[in-house]
Amino acid sequence: MKGTLLRFLTLASAVAVLGATYGTVSIKFPTFNVPFKPGPGQDVTIANCRTCHSAAYVYTQPPLTKAQWTAEVIKMRNAYKAPIADADVPTIADYLVTQNGKQ
Amino acid sequence: MTTAQARAAATVTLPMENGTRPLVAFPQKRPLIVLTPRPPQLETPFQIFDEGILTPNDAFYVRWHLSGIPATVNGATHRIRVDGLVKHPMNLSIEDLRTKFPQVEVVAVNECSGNSRGLFSPRVAGGQWDNGAMGNARWTGVRLSDILAKAGLRDGVRQIRFSGLEKPPLPATPAFVKALSIEDVIDNGDILVAYEMNGAPLPLLNGYPVRLVVPGWYGTYWMKMLDNLEAIDTIDDNFWMKTAYRIPETPGNTVKPTDTGYKTVPINKLTVRSFVTNVQDGGRLRAGPRTIRGIAFDGGSGIKAVQFSSDGGQTWHNATLGEDYGRYSFRRWQIAFTAQRAKTYELACRAVANSGETQTTVPVWNPSGYLRNVIETYKVSVS
Repeated sequence: MKGTLLRFLTLASAVAVLGATYGTVSIKFPTFNVPFKPGPGQDVTIANCRTCHSAAYVYTQPPLTKAQWTAEVIKMRNAYKAPIADADVPTIADYLVTQNGKQ
Repeated sequence: MTTAQARAAATVTLPMENGTRPLVAFPQKRPLIVLTPRPPQLETPFQIFDEGILTPNDAFYVRWHLSGIPATVNGATHRIRVDGLVKHPMNLSIEDLRTKFPQVEVVAVNECSGNSRGLFSPRVAGGQWDNGAMGNARWTGVRLSDILAKAGLRDGVRQIRFSGLEKPPLPATPAFVKALSIEDVIDNGDILVAYEMNGAPLPLLNGYPVRLVVPGWYGTYWMKMLDNLEAIDTIDDNFWMKTAYRIPETPGNTVKPTDTGYKTVPINKLTVRSFVTNVQDGGRLRAGPRTIRGIAFDGGSGIKAVQFSSDGGQTWHNATLGEDYGRYSFRRWQIAFTAQRAKTYELACRAVANSGETQTTVPVWNPSGYLRNVIETYKVSVS
């Protein structure tokens, strides 16, 4: 009990000191990640998409048609300048349909 | 966290297709709903909003656009460059902010432009948030207008453009840069360059050591890790202003999915919204008297009234408003309600803002999934 209180006070004063100054804050991002799951085109998709974002960007979307996924891939290339080769666009779109698609 | 631990982590299921999300504690954060881990987008579990009017820093939602986020930030050496069309360019430290300007506090809601996007019907692509991409905090800092006054704007300034330490993962990816028109900056004297959130330094993921606070406006303008304020004599046309974060310039900012060719404008003020915080849609209530309570907010005029219905919006009763933390804050409300045994109810709440704006009966729809403020309903059964 006493130890807990002491630890609490130590923590409280440490926080108070931090609160008064603006020093270096370092965080370590969790290694938690959402991977691209196996399927045809997985390697091409990983090579083109994972540089910028996790696969959660795919799996949390509502299921999309091939046309909609193609539009998303094109948006990544045109708006965000992902260097996706023409030949890879349909490969990635087909893969995304297998992962989270609809007719 | 190892992959095995992540697999075993708690999850929540939001009310949308593909709505299952892990709950993970990121640094300086309690477990939050992970929309995406990289770049991090973390949603506040909605029950937090029932616990108090201020959203705790470790529960406050997180939204980054680009994966180049510094994991280490030195608040002592950090500077905000004030430049462009100013007479006295400056490099402001946090110490400068704390010692050379009037210190100002404001309680204000930060709501993500895409909050509630996952509830759109038909669905739209984008970050699939439920209603928890928002939070209310007490922000402490310096008025942007005081900084600009000290810098001395030259004639012809049309916008203040700003950026932060968030960097694109690829050199060609558009850097996250936003701008506000000088009329809006002058009109909204409450825009702060804020170094404190609820009396403490900002968590790194919320923009340590300093962020822009634009009360009444959507979160896209609340630049995290602010490092540049630039006065310009043009209207900024970078991707994040000209292409992204646009709303239809149509009545109610709503369109049909088949509509094309309408004009758009940059997203701006928050729509008026209200929520019940102590009852969940689909929940069960015990028979007997109880208090129904919730929150309401709008784009800065303040909440005039909140009304409550237990019959799906056929009849409305005025709720009692809680303490006023200022016109940009959540406003709590409550009302007495007696649940009759074995009945079902469709509870609903609607807020009216001092501006006269109220909530919609039909959800707005636009292709980016912005501005949702339909009257929320909660179907409950009584045991």
